[in-house]
Amino acid sequence: MCPQTVRNEAPSDDKRWKIINATMRRNGDDSHALIETLHSVQETFGYLDDVALSYVAKSLRTPLSRVYGVATFYHFFTLKPQGEHSCVVCTGTACHIKGAQALLSAIKGSFGVAPGETTADNKLSVISARCIGSCGLAPAVVIDGNVMGNLSPQTLVARVEREIG
Amino acid sequence: MPSDELVALKTKAEQRNRANRICVCTAASCQSVGADRVHKAFEAEVNKSQREEQVEVRAVGCMGLCSAGPLVRIENDETAVLYRNVTEQDASALAQSIGRAPVERLICPTDVPFFTRQHKIVLANCGQIHPERIEDYVAVGGYEALYRAITEMTPGEVLADVKASGLRGRGGAGYPTGLKWQTVAKSPDPVKYVVCNADEGDPGAFMDRSVLESDPHRVLEGMAIAAYAVGANLGYVYVRAEYPLAISRLRLAIRQAKAANLLGQNVAGTRFEFSVDIRLGAGAFVCGEETALLLSIEGRRGQPRPRPPYPAERGLFGRATLINNVETYANIATIVDRGGASYASIGTERSKGTKVFALAGQVKNTGLIEVPMGISLREIVEDMGGGVPAGGRIKAVQTGGPSGGCIPNEHLDMPVDYDSLQQVGSIMGSGGMIVMDESSNMVEVARYFMEFSMSESCGKCVPCRVGTYQMHQILSRMLSGCAGPGDLSMLEELTRAVGETSLCGLGQSAPNPIKSTLRYYRSEYEEALRKSRPSMPLAEEGVR
Repeated sequence: MCPQTVRNEAPSDDKRWKIINATMRRNGDDSHALIETLHSVQETFGYLDDVALSYVAKSLRTPLSRVYGVATFYHFFTLKPQGEHSCVVCTGTACHIKGAQALLSAIKGSFGVAPGETTADNKLSVISARCIGSCGLAPAVVIDGNVMGNLSPQTLVARVEREIG
Repeated sequence: MPSDELVALKTKAEQRNRANRICVCTAASCQSVGADRVHKAFEAEVNKSQREEQVEVRAVGCMGLCSAGPLVRIENDETAVLYRNVTEQDASALAQSIGRAPVERLICPTDVPFFTRQHKIVLANCGQIHPERIEDYVAVGGYEALYRAITEMTPGEVLADVKASGLRGRGGAGYPTGLKWQTVAKSPDPVKYVVCNADEGDPGAFMDRSVLESDPHRVLEGMAIAAYAVGANLGYVYVRAEYPLAISRLRLAIRQAKAANLLGQNVAGTRFEFSVDIRLGAGAFVCGEETALLLSIEGRRGQPRPRPPYPAERGLFGRATLINNVETYANIATIVDRGGASYASIGTERSKGTKVFALAGQVKNTGLIEVPMGISLREIVEDMGGGVPAGGRIKAVQTGGPSGGCIPNEHLDMPVDYDSLQQVGSIMGSGGMIVMDESSNMVEVARYFMEFSMSESCGKCVPCRVGTYQMHQILSRMLSGCAGPGDLSMLEELTRAVGETSLCGLGQSAPNPIKSTLRYYRSEYEEALRKSRPSMPLAEEGVR
């Protein structure tokens, strides 16, 4: 019988920490599981805050500096909470030459947010992506997880307005 | 003697088989233009007419011609008709056309170069089988190569086949696959790993994504054969977190293969053991570099380290590791199935087999194609791609993403193979092919790629970290009209320095987009310099 690993107490009694614990356990509670665990935290809570990073560091017996290093090295992880709706504008090569910049300018013009920013009312986060692999539909945008292609600045703005109500 | 596992799965597929099939493309591209709704509409239609016994509505993977999505193919054992831009409203008319005349107004002709010039090996099942059903893959001969390899062949024989095939790494660099396998096979390390690089980071490339979404078992089978050949028992697929559909289909495929005893312990009743796990990337282009990728699997920052030692000697967790790209593994089952020599009969002298390209940009037919090596670039972009939409002239074709270069119109007649592409200043790359028309400013294109390399530089070595920034600054100055007279020679000096002294492939190849555009479009750089007044302020780049 393997001795049961003594688990650190979760930062709060939020049930969602069980999901994070399960991810760590599945990967042997080892520092190798760091990226998988951060994915799990972000998927569950939407972003990585200090509390979560410290908890993960302690649980995986990994220096906090390394956890922070990994969380900031990879573009996919965000340390800031995101808005209710997300608009990911692809800036891959195909989208670039077919007008992704015009889409970003239109968003900036209509909603006042640039990539990496969230509107003051917390409704909309705008993100620019390297390439979402929908090059056949360039320029493409992902609004709340739904990919949309062949967009003009006008249709995109109209679409976002409809989404955020 | 086929294995019981495969026979059982084949029977399952046969029981499901119907005389007529409505295949709806549900790959990411078609999904984004409503393929899911079309699929549901067809199911409702077949259900309503109570023809479930005669007609199967099947969700399949990528059919290739993304610009005409959603694509639907209605087929029986004799004929198949492809339809383009299908909407939910068309479902009824199309479903009723089964057994009658096809619906003319929606037909997508398949006797055009886009389809006829293709030679499908990697994409053979894409758009044919249901990617979420292992029995569909087995019904078209899937996992037979694996079974044959582990029951009838020695690891050495499998290795010999791969070497004879002449297959070269499809990730871009083109290292002979057989040699790599041999190095890992020879390693005395008792623990070895097989890793699949599915961190498709090149902007403008979506080949690996389509293969994983449309035919995930082909990749798993290739990995399992590789594991047998080199003596590994554990494998990882490192896939971008940006590809959720590919991830979920791969996860499902691994579960199904395990349940069917085609992965795990005692594969198909033999002593061969191989398990596969998935590791997600997290949005770092540099992790496509093999040493960075392996560190990322270990849960660390993806910063490349000097080679040697190569991963084949000391890789994941310090063990001998075989690392290949998705498309490379996707070729393996066919090579074992038909023999290395048969595969080597396709392609050119030094580039064997086929290559998958993602065709995009200013071109009429965008999508995924698989062509034999040696086909000319012009055939691909003009005949298959249909040229520039409004009848404009192709200015350049960009291959290899941020590590590649722009090939000008006058060189489009050269054959597509590793060596020819290198001669004209580009690389094969993983297969992104972006067509640009006369509206593209090549200095701006160079800056675009430099901006990419600059922000994706991991920061470990100085030439790449500082050099990409400086090159980007010079290009920005040229574009905003405030470059100085010495800037062009400084730019050339930097391309050389960064290329020669950077630690990993990212930095070494980062200057390529500048080098190739300087080589063919120098006048555009000179024009930018002529217009420059050093007193002009540096313009803000577009919002990013």
